[in-house]
Amino acid sequence: MPASDNAFLTALQLILHMDGDLFSIVSLSLQVSLVAVALAALAGLPLGAALALWRFPGRNAVIIALNALMGLPPVVAGLCVYLLLSRAGPLGEWGLLFSPTAMVVAQWVLVLPIIASLTRQQVEALHGEYAEQLQSLGLSTARMMPTLLWDARIGLVTVMLAGFGRASAEVGAVMIVGGNIEGVTRVMTTSIVLETSKGNLPMALGLGIILLALVTLINAMAHLMGETAKRRLG
Amino acid sequence: MKKTAIVTSASLLILAWGGLALADNDYITLASTTSTENSGLFEAIIPQFTDKTDIDVRVVAVGTGQAFETARRGDADSLLVHDTAGEEQFVADGYATERQNVMYNDFVIVGPSDDPAGIEDSDSIDDAMQRIAESQSPFASRGDDSGTHRAELRLWESAGIEADGDWYRELGSGMGPTLNTAAGMDAYSFTDRATWVAFENPQDLTLLYEGDEALFNQYGSLLISEEQHPHLKHDLAEQWHEWLLSDEGQAAIADYEVDGQQLFFPNAD
Amino acid sequence: MNAPTSIFTPIADLQLDDVSFEHRGQSLLAPTSLTLSGCRRTVIMGPNGAGKSLLMRLAHGLLTPTSGRLYWQGPTPVQAMVFQQPVLLRRSALDNLTYVLGIHKVPRAQRKARAYQALDTFGLTSLAHRPARVLSGGEQQRLALARAWLLNPDVLFLDEATSALDPAAIKAVEDAVMAFHASGTRIVMTTHDLHQAKRLADDVVFLHNGQLREHSPTETFFSAPRSSEGRAFIQGELVW
Repeated sequence: MPASDNAFLTALQLILHMDGDLFSIVSLSLQVSLVAVALAALAGLPLGAALALWRFPGRNAVIIALNALMGLPPVVAGLCVYLLLSRAGPLGEWGLLFSPTAMVVAQWVLVLPIIASLTRQQVEALHGEYAEQLQSLGLSTARMMPTLLWDARIGLVTVMLAGFGRASAEVGAVMIVGGNIEGVTRVMTTSIVLETSKGNLPMALGLGIILLALVTLINAMAHLMGETAKRRLG
Repeated sequence: MKKTAIVTSASLLILAWGGLALADNDYITLASTTSTENSGLFEAIIPQFTDKTDIDVRVVAVGTGQAFETARRGDADSLLVHDTAGEEQFVADGYATERQNVMYNDFVIVGPSDDPAGIEDSDSIDDAMQRIAESQSPFASRGDDSGTHRAELRLWESAGIEADGDWYRELGSGMGPTLNTAAGMDAYSFTDRATWVAFENPQDLTLLYEGDEALFNQYGSLLISEEQHPHLKHDLAEQWHEWLLSDEGQAAIADYEVDGQQLFFPNAD
Repeated sequence: MNAPTSIFTPIADLQLDDVSFEHRGQSLLAPTSLTLSGCRRTVIMGPNGAGKSLLMRLAHGLLTPTSGRLYWQGPTPVQAMVFQQPVLLRRSALDNLTYVLGIHKVPRAQRKARAYQALDTFGLTSLAHRPARVLSGGEQQRLALARAWLLNPDVLFLDEATSALDPAAIKAVEDAVMAFHASGTRIVMTTHDLHQAKRLADDVVFLHNGQLREHSPTETFFSAPRSSEGRAFIQGELVW
């Protein structure tokens, strides 16, 4: 890989001479984080909506726990998943440690509370507006869920982005459960840590700039989509 | 619109998932230390092993303490570390069946180029350590229970020094981060030569003391116990172990150079 | 539109026996007994805070009484409600209608045609593909009525459905109410517009301070109200 004392120059060189190594690191980063966010959404959207719509004993405890878990240190999440997937752990049989799947699991743990918690807030607000009308139309609470989730979709895109931001930026969890194995589990953030530890600071920063650019690009696309939808749907 | 959105996201998900589930060749997971990984040695020798055997070696580079723990839990097929006492204990505890010398490099002391403690002309490593302690010059220690950290602690002990006080800074970091920090605060530090030579952010740090026999840094390869962890890829791991000790593996290690300097010296029995 | 079943079978009476409602220990509706029957147009009137909307929500089943009994004397009829601020979903006008048909298990193949029919009935055909939320207030209320129309309701509740609209839009809503009534739907509505009440109501339920003061035929209420508050109200002496 090219190197220079200037991080921006290094980033530019990295992009211009996009080699196979860098490409696989970037695409693995995106794959792991996107899959983790998608799977977290699959569980988090219904969970958040259910918390918004149903009153049950212990509901407040669940809400507080989810809010607190939004601040879970990635290293702790990584350590828990490590102990779970380690050969000596309960799911050791599956042999998933040091694989991209393990990284997806760790990021899923980090992203789920964010998606569930923010979805609850969005759906609760919308439910306040819609409840009487939907009830009047004869909808049961369970059947309100998909309607509310779909009508909250613009806000939920932002929720997913928050989740994606957390997943793509964290390093502590994927480092522990992925092992930063070259060509297998090395992603943008673990590469940055590695280059920093080699003292190759321009390269580390260059990779950081690329990561930031990618995240910015994805956010910009989502933002534009959201703005268009807002204008169109009112 | 709803349908398109669902179909699009579903296909994206499938694509991404498919990318993650690439077909794997035979591989083993090797727990080793950051110092070997950071020096670039593995990138040089593993392809030679893979060419010959079609076995890929996936390196998980962590501190020596964590490497032992990883192997103890059965999460690595093979172990290559540099803490001879710890390795022998590991065998004695029944987690490994065999330990062999593979290679050595040496530790050096680096520090600010104006050398405030004047260790450059020390008679011995004991003398150098004493001069640092007496002058109360800042010293950046790994402090992470790694092989390098353990070696450093043994040297303070043999120099008869209680390494304690404001000047002695335990960082709890890997070798690279420790050097970054030492460079930032003009501190002395204890490092393996391989990491030092490959390190790209020395700033004002320079190599000040080397050559004492006590700075010898022995690497060993261990065969993990099949009895303890029957699920591991013992056959493949044994091929790797044997290759490291073979003439071919030893030559590959000797051939690895950075800036024209040989970093590791093969010494299999 | 399909002929409402209510033409052939009479709509069940809604009976309220000493129904009251409290919220956080505060009585919002004192025990009230009332019967709503036939295919009539009942207008609930009273000053602000009298409990009009509350009574309507209890009748529609959106709220549960704190005490007393509220029941239909016969099979529960099909009901719909139009709110002061129509709640429309974030999708096109057409999709807002097909959505309701979906909820009521109308076969997918029929939904579009029936939705278009309803749009046509309420003069909204040209707006079918516009997002419902960007329509004008009057158009939104007509869409809400079209949505209610699709349900073929036996009873239609309207809560201040015209209070945020301009005169032309008010006229359109009133015409729609007449159309519902003509097709055999019982109408229960709240309004603070005396003229609208005179135009539309068969009978008036008058509330004051959470208490039912009288339930009289429209003519009686406006010519000779039985309660002193009712008299003050129609003379414009009570603040709405």
